[in-house]
Amino acid sequence: MLEIAVQKRMEDFDLDVMFEAPDGVTAVFGKSGSGKTTLVNAIAGLTRPDAGRIAVHGQVLFDHAARINIPVAKRRVGYVFQDARLFPHMSVQRNLSYGGDHDAARIIDMLGLGALLDRRPAGLSGGERQRVALGRALMCDPQILLMDEPLAALDAARKAEILPYIARLRDETRVPIIYVSHDVSEVARLATTVVVLDAGRVAVAGPVGQVLSRPDLVPLLGTRAAGAVIETRVAGRLLDDDLTELKFSGGRLLMPGHLGALGQALRLRIPAQDVILSREAPKGISALNVLPVTITDIVSGRGPGTAVGLRAGDDQLLARVTRRSAGRMELAVGMQIFAIIKATAVGPKDIGS
Amino acid sequence: MGALGPNEWAAIFLSLRVALVAVICALPFAISVAYLLARKQFFGRQLLNVAVHLPLVMPPVVTGYLLLVVFGSQGPVGRALEQVLGLSLAFRWTGAALAAAIMAFPLMVRAIRLGLEAIDPGLEDAAATLGASRWRVFGTVTLPLALPSILAGVVLGFAKALGEFGATITFVAAIPGQTQTIPSAIYGLLQVPNSGPAVVSLVTVSIILAMGALLLSEWLAQRMARKVGR
Repeated sequence: MLEIAVQKRMEDFDLDVMFEAPDGVTAVFGKSGSGKTTLVNAIAGLTRPDAGRIAVHGQVLFDHAARINIPVAKRRVGYVFQDARLFPHMSVQRNLSYGGDHDAARIIDMLGLGALLDRRPAGLSGGERQRVALGRALMCDPQILLMDEPLAALDAARKAEILPYIARLRDETRVPIIYVSHDVSEVARLATTVVVLDAGRVAVAGPVGQVLSRPDLVPLLGTRAAGAVIETRVAGRLLDDDLTELKFSGGRLLMPGHLGALGQALRLRIPAQDVILSREAPKGISALNVLPVTITDIVSGRGPGTAVGLRAGDDQLLARVTRRSAGRMELAVGMQIFAIIKATAVGPKDIGS
Repeated sequence: MGALGPNEWAAIFLSLRVALVAVICALPFAISVAYLLARKQFFGRQLLNVAVHLPLVMPPVVTGYLLLVVFGSQGPVGRALEQVLGLSLAFRWTGAALAAAIMAFPLMVRAIRLGLEAIDPGLEDAAATLGASRWRVFGTVTLPLALPSILAGVVLGFAKALGEFGATITFVAAIPGQTQTIPSAIYGLLQVPNSGPAVVSLVTVSIILAMGALLLSEWLAQRMARKVGR
């Protein structure tokens, strides 16, 4: 558990945030310049806040009123920077053990670093560098892990290579992870909790499934980023068609490809702009997934779009349609309609464990 | 090198000793000052910057005169050094080393400062988050990464110290075997008729020493660059 209250006067805005991050991954999400990095630097002790209090598991790292400011080196934070920041004059092995060798064998094994130990950072790929940086942060036995856009500099393939490691970390350790990102698919895959920053303030904070599916947050998150996140379980596999059947509280979904073992939990992000609405049960269409849903919210923004909140079983979905369609269909809160999700709309980057 | 008499050999060995001692003694100060100028904001920073660079722009004779005033046997610091440490600088090879060090200092600071400024402070931050104290960060990250530029500073400083003339001759004169370095020996020989061969030999030695220092530093720099991984 991490408690944060930080105020800091900046050049173009004032950072003023307060929230609590439970164990697991807390994603700090927001546009660039919203204060994400400053916040993380304040937790690490690289930036000194003007006022506030920061505590991890009850241990105070910074308290303006009590004049406590533990120096960076004594905070035991693991910090994974966007640019890895490996020491160029040291081998991977020496980089890893710079801060300690806590649980070295297991971490090297978990991150697949065994073959890299004698190499130098200059000879590593971007993905390998970030894995080493992550291992180095973990081997100093941190009480909190800070990750500032650790994947931003990588292409999709490299991202896909590292995300599972971070998910394993989340599931296998009790270290709270603060994960800064502006990529919603990363957030959706990893996060337990989401904190959305907007111009230095906390715009909203809460469990990932609730925050990302809120229709009123579509303008803030961006139309591409908006979309529900649901927890599903692998219920079956249609071998002939190469499809996987996923079960969740609102029904069944068919997704392309082989997505995991029977019974395995999978987290699925369904982008709002890939959900089509229909008043009647559609017939003769190619989309495989048709779910009966109830409208919970309708939020029109300034643009041509309208965000529609939907309830499917116990889960919340989100659709984005044009205002014109919403008017023509006479959509209203409480109305029972059908949501159509094209199986191929959900890409591999939207599926996590 | 048949034209080299005992006086000339003495001048060569003295020059080497003076330049080496000057550079070795100046190095810790040069690194500290370069670090302060490159990394810290403090009151009087510009003043320090100017003071360090003064010997580079002032006439060397003026520097030598100031050294005489401050470090001479009648100067405040000179007298104190003699009384407390028994260290006499005026008209001694130690004084020549001090003059050479002062003249080489700005060159060393400039080279090292450039190297320090090229190091990403983010690496030092990263080391700190990994639990390293300030001294450990400096010793394990900053210093090794600055090593090529420190080496460049040392070579520049050494070359400058070898060639220093004006400040040295003003401060400690040119006593053969005591304070007569290669440049002052060459200058002295030029005042005497028929000393052509000796001058040529000393000039040749100067050139060989300068080239040797450059080649050595190039070789070391390449080895280090490979180690640093750039």
